[in-house]
Amino acid sequence: MKFWSSRSQEQVSLSSQVADKVKTTTCYMCACRCGIQVYVKEGKLRYIEGNPHHPVNKGVLCAKGSAGIMQHYSPARLQKPLLRIGERGEGRFREIGWDEALSLATTWLADIRARDPSKLAFFTGRDQSQSFTGWWAGRFGTPNFAAHGGFCSVNIAAAGMYTIGGSFWEFGEVDWEHTRYLMMFGVAEDHDSNPIKIGLGSLRSKAQAKIVAINPVRTGYAAIADEWIGIRPGTDGLLILSLIHELLRADKIDGEFLARYTNASWLVIDAPGTARHGLFARDNKGNPLCFDGRYKKIVSALSPEANPLLVGARDLDDGTKVVPVFELIAHRYLDPIYAPEQVAMQTGVPAATIKRLAAELAEVAFSKRVVLNVPWTDWAGRRHQQMIGRPISIHAMRGISAHANGFDTCRGIHVLQMLLGAIDTPGSFRFKPPYPKAAPPGLKPVGQTVASQTAIDGALLGYPTDPADLLIEDNGTAKRIDKAYSWEFPLAAHGLLHMLLHNAWAGDPYPIECLFLYMANMGWNSAMNIGNSIKYLTDKNSDGSYRIPKIIYVDAYNSETVAYADLVLPDTTYLERWDCISLLDRPISCADGPADAIRQPVVTPDRDVRPFQDVLLDLGVRLKLPDMVDEKDQPLYPGGYADYMVNHQRSPGIGPLAGWRGKEGQSVGIGAPNPQQLNRYVENGCHWYQPLTPAQRYFKMGNADYLTYAKQMGWLAKSEPLILQLYVEPMQKFRLAAEGHGTVQPPDLLRGQVRKYFDPLPQWYPPGEITSEDKAYPLHAITQRPMHMYHSWGSQNAWLRQITDRNYLFIHVDCAKAHNLSEGDWVWVISPHGRIKAPIKTMHGVNPDTVWTWNAIGKRKGAWGLSLTAPEANQGFVLNHLIADLLPPREHKTKIANADPITGQAAWYDLKVRLEKCLPCETKEGAPILAPLQSNGTPSEKILRQGANIKDTPINISPPPFKEWIGNSDSYLEQKILQEDRHD
Amino acid sequence: MTDLPQTPSAVKLGLVIDLDICVGCHACAVSCKEWNSGGYSAPLTDFDPYGTHPSGVWFNRVHSFEVVDPKGTAKTVHFPKSCLHCEDAPCVTVCPTGASYKREEDGIVLVNADTCIGCKLCSWACPYGAREYDEDAGVMKKCTLCIDKIYNAALEPTSRVPACVSSCPTGARSFGDLGNPESGVSRLVASRQGFDLMPEQKCRPVNKYLPPRPRQTVGASVALNKEISDQAGFLARWVDRIFSR
Repeated sequence: MKFWSSRSQEQVSLSSQVADKVKTTTCYMCACRCGIQVYVKEGKLRYIEGNPHHPVNKGVLCAKGSAGIMQHYSPARLQKPLLRIGERGEGRFREIGWDEALSLATTWLADIRARDPSKLAFFTGRDQSQSFTGWWAGRFGTPNFAAHGGFCSVNIAAAGMYTIGGSFWEFGEVDWEHTRYLMMFGVAEDHDSNPIKIGLGSLRSKAQAKIVAINPVRTGYAAIADEWIGIRPGTDGLLILSLIHELLRADKIDGEFLARYTNASWLVIDAPGTARHGLFARDNKGNPLCFDGRYKKIVSALSPEANPLLVGARDLDDGTKVVPVFELIAHRYLDPIYAPEQVAMQTGVPAATIKRLAAELAEVAFSKRVVLNVPWTDWAGRRHQQMIGRPISIHAMRGISAHANGFDTCRGIHVLQMLLGAIDTPGSFRFKPPYPKAAPPGLKPVGQTVASQTAIDGALLGYPTDPADLLIEDNGTAKRIDKAYSWEFPLAAHGLLHMLLHNAWAGDPYPIECLFLYMANMGWNSAMNIGNSIKYLTDKNSDGSYRIPKIIYVDAYNSETVAYADLVLPDTTYLERWDCISLLDRPISCADGPADAIRQPVVTPDRDVRPFQDVLLDLGVRLKLPDMVDEKDQPLYPGGYADYMVNHQRSPGIGPLAGWRGKEGQSVGIGAPNPQQLNRYVENGCHWYQPLTPAQRYFKMGNADYLTYAKQMGWLAKSEPLILQLYVEPMQKFRLAAEGHGTVQPPDLLRGQVRKYFDPLPQWYPPGEITSEDKAYPLHAITQRPMHMYHSWGSQNAWLRQITDRNYLFIHVDCAKAHNLSEGDWVWVISPHGRIKAPIKTMHGVNPDTVWTWNAIGKRKGAWGLSLTAPEANQGFVLNHLIADLLPPREHKTKIANADPITGQAAWYDLKVRLEKCLPCETKEGAPILAPLQSNGTPSEKILRQGANIKDTPINISPPPFKEWIGNSDSYLEQKILQEDRHD
Repeated sequence: MTDLPQTPSAVKLGLVIDLDICVGCHACAVSCKEWNSGGYSAPLTDFDPYGTHPSGVWFNRVHSFEVVDPKGTAKTVHFPKSCLHCEDAPCVTVCPTGASYKREEDGIVLVNADTCIGCKLCSWACPYGAREYDEDAGVMKKCTLCIDKIYNAALEPTSRVPACVSSCPTGARSFGDLGNPESGVSRLVASRQGFDLMPEQKCRPVNKYLPPRPRQTVGASVALNKEISDQAGFLARWVDRIFSR
């Protein structure tokens, strides 16, 4: 008897038709906006892969992007417009048709617009069409518009725009090809996802750069860094200023870069007590001044012939004492309070480590210059044969941003970059076009006057440079519902989504009538203080009416917020609509050239849903909003958003898309609308990218070829050099107002705050100064975002939730020991604001005084199409319950927002907690567990056979040979040798 | 019990996985799941997908953990794992029906779903835990190196690679012929001291792992020379430096 099977090799079908069509479009599984190719078979999604020709992801795709199929088929998708029939929060709705839904919305909104448009608050969440939604709000006539940036990263964005006219992520990137030293501050596993991963992989494979990760937690990116600095949360600014201290003491400063590209030489008036103190001395043409060391006289600092000195106090002709910016910098940061020994305790970084990091920065910047043999012309017309760079690059994100001192911490990073001469040079941080812009851009926030039936022209969100730019009434109260651009948050360039619900509920500064939310999950993880947020959404007046009278909510999915809406307008998924990723918005450019992109419908909706951008235009027509209807009230964009993308002009010749403009598609940047534009985009893989010439690629702030090009493209009004701002004069203007100068001054209660925190040079203050220094809460508590999840969206995804369906509180092994905790124990996590229950895991790679968890895994029962017993809703948790939106009253102030006092950035990383071990009798499940939301049907699918109904069609063709693929070709091939010139 | 090919194939297709740059993002795992939900192995069934215990068939899983060395220094490791297409594959020799087999042409280990009886002997035999039983289909499934992709004439050439390889954002995964010492993957393994996973099991895995590189250092002194002691010293040093614009 034979027990051995003979080898019976089966006939494997090697070649088969897996798709009827492969369509390109743009991913929306997070905010990176990678190019994708979607395989569609018999109307069903078969496969999504990265587009190898796309400038953002170059063919790769992250876990979220690949899981897009399951997001598209999520059971949490909304099916039809919904009208509330129960109480808010009960989740009882009646399905209605679109005509009824839009008529109702039009009735509500038309009434508001006729009386007072500011009674509409239109806020969006992770909106990728902000230049469109913001424009719609302005056409409606309300100043009350913002997206989620105030919650996310306004500190990073605003600090960058006020100092260097650009910022990290969408505004700039690491010179991955040439850098020799990369510092990542507070970069969790996100933002931007694939480009950073591509870059890190290539950096390590070339083995020519050191990577330093400064983050309280060592996970993803930090795990492959050469060095991990487990800093105490909120103290990065102190570390950065200490590095500056060390570099100044060692005289390792790039004076030439400072003189040429920054305001280091500009003379600052030294006249304490006067209204001019701390402002730049200017000539009668308004030019800033510097002292010319060669001709021994004061000259315009903008003159290309100037030979500035960077130190030395002078007297102007009228006797005014002046001092150069750089001298103020030296004076400030040479102070022994910034010595490594002084900051070691607070930061948790040993003094020796700080000194070594400073030495490494100096070594790389000044002894490992990168020289490219690329001739270029500077702003003054002088020809240079080489581009010489200091290959220090820095990237920073949420860990810097989400603290109440984040604006100044990020400014500190930019000052460090400038002192090293490491901005937009070979090997350093680089601007992505259309950045750099003026620091700050000349856009002031609009919305000073609001009138019935009247649009507001201009950008609702801008950059104030003077107290007169604030949006405040004569008595100092805020004009915006979120109090952005008020004395509480003067530079709130992204608005304050996180204060919206409270203020609308409190009628502070005024009551609103309709809250219109798009993709902002304010009933859960997009709000600090979930309990109060729900109260704000549901609270009633004594007459039984809701305090927030009307709520319209737009989303594709059944998030925690849906149940609180009066009217729900269901959006499509990202694979069912037109969209544009515009240079007017948050661009996807690379440092080597501008890029924009579109989404095209890949499949047709199988539900009664509509793309929100189409719906907004439809509402605009029904409301007869200017620029959406013609003089006969007929729609100007009858083809919906796709029509708008092609034919809308923000200013003559400039529209949402920069590629293939002009009647024949012959123009870029500026040109007449091209009826064939979308076809051209589709033919090109749904994106447009224009590489800069080699001579335009670096020193963009002072590169004649680049500046001329930027003006031609409509990004800059003039092709003049853009001076980087070490010293931010607008900050001093606000401080002077607080000191009693000028006509627009802060109310007395806020004078001290403005005087203290508006400093023209970055300072460091403990974030606890704003939040809490209560010793009863000794541990920092922060979140990190898992690489495979994007906010709350991931848990509805059948594949992604198999990777993470519950989160843990990660604590340091020593902290566990001190609390007598072991793996799997449950703890109470207690903040001054509340308490939650969580299971713990221990680890070494975390700052010993910090606990952390994955972001937004915990869900409310009944939401996101999950069963009521889903671990996300029973064992998972969110820290949001512990974070106050308002801090306890003190110093006679009744309301103190938990936010950066400059920008209003939500300070959710400032959370402090203590841990208490759960008693043996306490259940191993989360707390608080809020009452279940009524879901849109309990998921019935117990077995999911995705793909079983999609049959590949075998084709009879001899298989091509296999193709080798090397992940990082530089890793084993001869390394690219960079030209290097050593000089000490 | 099933024979391995009498004459082992000269071509040994496999993966090279670089632990130096894997950041644990799960892109490879999900991309694999997505591709293989169609084609040769379809479906990769999921159970209780929106319920209490979501689970499913995955050919590739990423394990993230900390390793503490005897000195107490901890490292965070991200470790992707899938079938290693062993030359001495115990999962093949243990198969009672011949369903589990190693291809003569390229060494890829496959399971013929038509003859698999779901006895799970192969998953017991595999020391790497790389086999995935689909309870719904009643058959064993596993990494196919995307056999329905790498030779697929209907796809663009750039797509004819295993899904886990082309999707990997850091470039930590390479694919090629490890039987040819001159191939790119073989040279990569040689230059980086690639290693076998659990060589003591004597399965002779084709897939290789690359160890973390030495940490990069900068040849800088421990601290900078203190040229300047205080603010006055700084001004004295800079006062005569004239710059041009």
